Amino acid sequence: MSRLTEELSQKRWESTPMSQPIPTATNSQTGRTRAVGIVGIERKIEERRKETEKNISEAFEDLSKLMVKAKEMVELSRSIANKIKDKQGDITEDETIRFKSYLLSMGIANPVTRETHGSGTHYHLQLAKQLGDILLAPLEERGGMMALTEVYCLVNRARGMELLSPEDLVNACKMFESLKQPLRLRIFDSGVMVVQLQSHSEEEMISSALDNVTDKGSLTAEEFAKLLGLSVLLSKERLLLAEKMGHLCRDDSVEGLRFYPNLFNSQA
Amino acid sequence: MSFEWPWQYNFPPFFTLQPNVDTRQKQLAAWCSLALSYCRHHKLYTLGIMEVQECPVFNHKNIDRKLSTEAILIVFEELRKKGNLEWLDKNKTQCLVMWRRPEEWGKLIYQWVSKNGMVNTVFTLYELANGDDTESEEFHGLEEWMLIRSLQALQTDGKAEVITMDDGKGVKFF
Repeated sequence: MSRLTEELSQKRWESTPMSQPIPTATNSQTGRTRAVGIVGIERKIEERRKETEKNISEAFEDLSKLMVKAKEMVELSRSIANKIKDKQGDITEDETIRFKSYLLSMGIANPVTRETHGSGTHYHLQLAKQLGDILLAPLEERGGMMALTEVYCLVNRARGMELLSPEDLVNACKMFESLKQPLRLRIFDSGVMVVQLQSHSEEEMISSALDNVTDKGSLTAEEFAKLLGLSVLLSKERLLLAEKMGHLCRDDSVEGLRFYPNLFNSQA
Repeated sequence: MSFEWPWQYNFPPFFTLQPNVDTRQKQLAAWCSLALSYCRHHKLYTLGIMEVQECPVFNHKNIDRKLSTEAILIVFEELRKKGNLEWLDKNKTQCLVMWRRPEEWGKLIYQWVSKNGMVNTVFTLYELANGDDTESEEFHGLEEWMLIRSLQALQTDGKAEVITMDDGKGVKFF
């Protein structure tokens, strides 16, 4: 009890250690004072920078842990893929097929990265080759044409890590022709960019647009999209193309943009 | 006799200026002929841009479509290029519609004059346009400005001469 009162009286917690007088305090020589003052400011800035760095690295600690785990997952899927290739293990035929399709939608065995193939044209060439393989099946499913944004999403979702930048994707797609891939990058008048199967026929697209519009009397881009199961963007491009070729004409009103068969041409 | 609308009038795209150049040419040609035949049917010689926008020709209420002012001006420009329209003012608010060009009127008038053996006679303008004799003729009721132009066209051809008399103008046919 006495000890307690003793401590209380001393109030040791209130006495703070005398801070060392920083040699920036009042000095008679004015020239010296300014230089020393700046050093003090610089020191403060340095402290602040260190603090920020610490905060950032703390924040990203979790992410690097995630990256480590992801690497393990990629390794795992890679080893399973190899095992399938070598037909080791007791996996049935259709399990193999199912697993392969999972892999395709989830991860590629050997993503082409800047590390393995460097940057620049060589990288884009390799990338173009890889894209040519990956995109064939999805393109077939979607009637031979995909907007570049759809391609971007599909490819990056599959890669998981080492994502592609939009520029890399565009540059790679521009190389399809020189690599004699069966794909083409195509830019419409409106600026929309699509990847198209080479076997994809333009006339077929236009005549199907004309048939559909004639069948229904008139169509908007949304209605056409629903009819074909395509995105509104792509169906609008088809309608615009048919209009450009003179097969369709447009009706633009407060009700929206609608396309009709071009009766100006066909009727007297 | 009621006015017969062409098939395009009921076709909604007719009221949208077509971006495709070839389609637009056909569209404008159809508009020009519709505008002219409507004016001919209703004997309209002058048009004001304001009333024109509400005129049934350019505003088809049944299908809820109307031609925009911009497009109307483009149609009028086409008519002007073909010699069927003339602006009365710089601001393009009023215009003269010549669904028949002065030369064509002149020809019609001269045909009537020669058919009736009235060559070498003098007519007043009033007689020509509003006289009883001409009642069944197409040029009956022709507005004075148009009549004068038509006669001037004949004058250039040497088939008539416009004379100024005490109480107005007249014309002699040769």
